[in-house]
Amino acid sequence: MTNEALQQLITSWVPEIECTEEGSQFLTITVVPAKLHDLMRKLKETPETHFDYLFCLTGVDWGQALGVVYHLESTIHRHNIVVKVQTEDREHPTIDTVSDIWATAEFHEREVYDFFGIQFNNHPNMKRIFMTEEWEGYPLRKDYEDEINMIIK
Amino acid sequence: METVIANNNFKSEEYFINMGPQHPATHGVLRLLLTIDGEIIKKVEPDLGYIHRSIEKMCERDSYQQIVHLTDRMDYLSANINNEAVCLAVENALELEIPDRVKVIRTIIGELTRISSHCLWWGVMGMDVGALTTYFYGFRDREMINDIMEETCGARLTMNYNVPGGLMYDIHPNFVNRVKAFITHFKTKIPEYDRLLTDNVIFQKRTQGVGILSKEDAISFGASGPVGRGSGYSCDVRKHHPYSALDRVKFNECLETAGDTFARYKVRIAELWESLSIIEQLIDNIPEGEHRVATNAVIKLPKGEFYQRVETARGELGVYIISTGTKNPYRLKFRSPGFSNLSLLNHITVGGKIGDLVATMATLDLVIPDIDR
Repeated sequence: MTNEALQQLITSWVPEIECTEEGSQFLTITVVPAKLHDLMRKLKETPETHFDYLFCLTGVDWGQALGVVYHLESTIHRHNIVVKVQTEDREHPTIDTVSDIWATAEFHEREVYDFFGIQFNNHPNMKRIFMTEEWEGYPLRKDYEDEINMIIK
Repeated sequence: METVIANNNFKSEEYFINMGPQHPATHGVLRLLLTIDGEIIKKVEPDLGYIHRSIEKMCERDSYQQIVHLTDRMDYLSANINNEAVCLAVENALELEIPDRVKVIRTIIGELTRISSHCLWWGVMGMDVGALTTYFYGFRDREMINDIMEETCGARLTMNYNVPGGLMYDIHPNFVNRVKAFITHFKTKIPEYDRLLTDNVIFQKRTQGVGILSKEDAISFGASGPVGRGSGYSCDVRKHHPYSALDRVKFNECLETAGDTFARYKVRIAELWESLSIIEQLIDNIPEGEHRVATNAVIKLPKGEFYQRVETARGELGVYIISTGTKNPYRLKFRSPGFSNLSLLNHITVGGKIGDLVATMATLDLVIPDIDR
């Protein structure tokens, strides 16, 4: 599918998404956390889109908001899409898990939790993956400070 | 003579043991928490982070030239290909025109790296299932590539040969001849590998039908590289998203459909032949020209997001750069192949024996710094 057709189809499912192709080689859509899980399931299960390969899942600290970026590819149609989701709540950020849709998300979401503190709802094993359980703070956040390791704002 | 043991006091009980972080079969500091019932595995939970260095955080304060050096320390057996990934991402973002000479040399070096990585894997694979000889054979051939690398760029493991804009130095005058000598040598050695290990009945019994991964699961778990291709999943980045000089060479994507440990093994052996063929097509036709184009001393990427994927010896490496237009990336993520490949370990080993776990893990070809980053 071309990017225009993809954009049209997805907008017909969820009208309130933002689409852009600017500043990226992929079509990028931004969705609110409440709509994320439904949209992701549709993206995978609809035969025309068939995004069955989640090749990258990244946590990002945008300053105001915390977000997750999903890079998807279809192994049949070979088209790509990037889905972004953000939450303004820095104290208790929560986003629905997609590990029930793509199994690879289980580890990647644990990594995001470890470094950004984003809790994933309904995740089967939501605990830190690299750091010890006692570690305080979330190192990849922009406001993280660790003077011993010379990480200052 | 028949003896029947009728003793109800013998009850099987699940218990838990640690495998690693110093276990020889985990190839580094990977710790597996095994829940087992006798010899049968009930659950495998990897415990990661023993050598986590937070390379992604370091990247946020480093310049793009410095970031290249950190990538060697992820998957150290694919060091050159990791370097190339970052360089390509930066060059594409800057829309730099890279000379043909650089592209061809990068591809040759990349394939040499793949061969040397597979040689090491092959040696260790044999060792894991109890055949120590393979280790010496694999290292003997890998040594030749290391020598070529040493002569070319002065390093044997962490090369840092690629820089944004090209290569750090031009190739050594001996390079072409030595690579050709290696090809001639290695072509006689792969059949030897087959005779020693591939055709070995004991080895086949250890690996066939063990650790089966279906194609659907391979895609769902984000498997890539030989792990995905062993399950019949066409995932070669070199085919689907060719980079450098890979669009001008002919090679086959090595696919197996069985999805078991032996299939993944055969994919890697077939890849040795394909890599040799790629190098052969390019080695006589290295174009003349510059080995590097000038970039600014301080590289500033335009505002935007850039994604570059390459095929390392282990699978798909992704470099995702979010730039705000400054000299450092705002966020840089490495999508490492080992991390995704490890996540399916539990899925394919549950219900098998501990010995099979070792054989299966050997064909996942895990490199721990690649997982921990």
